[in-house]
Amino acid sequence: MPHLLEAISLKRLFPVKKDGQTRQLHAVDGIDFHIAPGETVGLVGESGCGKSTLVRLLTRTLDPSDGQVRFRNRDIGLVRSRAMALHPQRKDIQMVFQDPTDSLNPRYTARQTIAESVRLLCGLRGAEAAARVEEAAGWVGLPLALLDRYPHQLSGGQKARVGIARAIVSRPALLVLDEPTAALDVSVQTVILQLLERLKQELQMSFLFVSHDLNVVRLLCDRVLVMYLGRVVEAGPTDAVFHAPAHPYTRALIASLPGGLAGGQASAADLLVGGDPQSPIDPDPNRCRLLGRCPRGLARCGEVGPQLEDIGGGRQVACHYPAVVQHVRQ
Amino acid sequence: MNALSNPLLEVDRLAVEFRTRGGTVRALENVSLALAEGETVGLVGESGSGKSVLSFAAMGIQDAAARITAGAIRFAGQDLLAKKGAAMKALRGREMAMIFQNPRVALNPIRQVGRQIEDVLARHTDLLPAARRARAIECLAEVRIPDPERRYAAYPFELSGGMCQRVMIAIALACKPRLLIADEPTTGLDVTTQAAIMRLVRELSAERRMATLLITHDLGMAREYCDRIAVMHAGHIVEVGPTEALFAAPRHPYTERLIAATPVGAASLAELAAIDGNLPDLRRADLPACRFAERCPRRGAECERPLALAPAGASSATHLIACHRPLTAAATEARHAAFA
Repeated sequence: MPHLLEAISLKRLFPVKKDGQTRQLHAVDGIDFHIAPGETVGLVGESGCGKSTLVRLLTRTLDPSDGQVRFRNRDIGLVRSRAMALHPQRKDIQMVFQDPTDSLNPRYTARQTIAESVRLLCGLRGAEAAARVEEAAGWVGLPLALLDRYPHQLSGGQKARVGIARAIVSRPALLVLDEPTAALDVSVQTVILQLLERLKQELQMSFLFVSHDLNVVRLLCDRVLVMYLGRVVEAGPTDAVFHAPAHPYTRALIASLPGGLAGGQASAADLLVGGDPQSPIDPDPNRCRLLGRCPRGLARCGEVGPQLEDIGGGRQVACHYPAVVQHVRQ
Repeated sequence: MNALSNPLLEVDRLAVEFRTRGGTVRALENVSLALAEGETVGLVGESGSGKSVLSFAAMGIQDAAARITAGAIRFAGQDLLAKKGAAMKALRGREMAMIFQNPRVALNPIRQVGRQIEDVLARHTDLLPAARRARAIECLAEVRIPDPERRYAAYPFELSGGMCQRVMIAIALACKPRLLIADEPTTGLDVTTQAAIMRLVRELSAERRMATLLITHDLGMAREYCDRIAVMHAGHIVEVGPTEALFAAPRHPYTERLIAATPVGAASLAELAAIDGNLPDLRRADLPACRFAERCPRRGAECERPLALAPAGASSATHLIACHRPLTAAATEARHAAFA
């Protein structure tokens, strides 16, 4: 099956001035991955690892320094982000933002927020546009009576629904969700997650789901990408990665979950040692980026930077000494 | 009503109201909770359930609009509500301390973090400036901040979120308090940092026999780090019990729903069950005796009768619930065994 979206050696560097010298901050440092039609891919990693930069590159609100973003086999990375607003492909990649309170215009009613997408992305006006807005409200289970309310008159769960309706009203093929439930209570989170799952089936979208709640990623995603300091360190089917994490960083993430994971193989011995990550400014390419925090960390890790390699079962890992993986039955 | 013979902190039938333009919000009602020395108690519930109101009241730092209309708060036998400003200030930061939710907001952005620790020491100890500085560096080291001498001079913006939270903990623990209230101490931090911070709090409380009240909406975390858990809903404590008993056999329908809505341990998304309805508007004059009744699948006629926390069964003096139609222990145990 052709990929819906594919990143090839995608890079984004930001120049930073320090002591009169210009150096490069490697926010996204050579990432390869793909999303198939209808697939849900989870993206996890700690803050500062480049998740948001990657998302901005894929949604084309930021231009890559190098590499390609291929969408339906065309390199949309070549379209400048400023021109992307008017690009016909704009409506095919949409985004749901983290905090529904911050990402909705406080002076727009829910109807106006959703209608703006219809007008700008679908080029519809009048009765046709109004029908689309109400259709989208129906998809997300937002009562029509609430459409004329302002964000401050809506509850957290209702605002989340408005944010989702705004994103899916143009029927995108790819929906990027940046921590869509982080600001919600568990009771509401459940409803929103189940809503997303249903919408994905009904509208046949692909999801890129960015989260640091591993439990949510585990339940929602088909495949998961683990990022560390601008690189993908592990990728694979969610069940396999969660039950038998191969990369020390993935193991640390899972060992950090309160209560652990039933049947998971990671334990307290896998927790990271030491404090903060290395600096993303001009990192040494011949050194593993986890070195210093990694509970393993051997001599070779300081001499050769590990590359992402296949380990079978659709899994990839960038580590010289990955944990021995027992393949989980599918 | 409470099972502890000699509690360090005792909240006794506390009621707190907020007078607002929109009416009086009955934020807490008949809330009783006790903490013993060395114990970690989790306070869980949805946002708006009154977790923070309770902890702010215990620290004596409630909003100006808040009125304590009934009940008592006792700390080591002293009546906190009778204490005037200065007496309370002498206690706060020294005997009882609090870690706030967002360290970047709670820290002073234009003061070096080491100086902020010294501020607490200057108030509560008679250490000389040089000794204060040494102690501040020691405090930074105690919360495992690498290179504490250098970090002493850092401003909050120069530190990561996890480091800022460690500084908050260092400030809270500088005078070796007997009670620590941690209000969502790891919300917004990465899981790896979360684990490190919580392990640190656990170690330090064990070392010093400090009582810890952990406020969180993360049931997974409460389960991992707490000895006992109190569940709040709309200003009431609806269930209190030893952690394992509460998770193995929740007796209050709200606790049961809350656990069923939590993704920790669930095998699939379909297995999660949302909680119907919302918290009731606490400004309503006709709030029912059981504030969960309107959302409750088990409600009946008796749910309109007055309600108080009471032992869940003859054999469980430490497991209390406020419910007229509780789940039976056997029924929930069977259900939860199926999950495990």
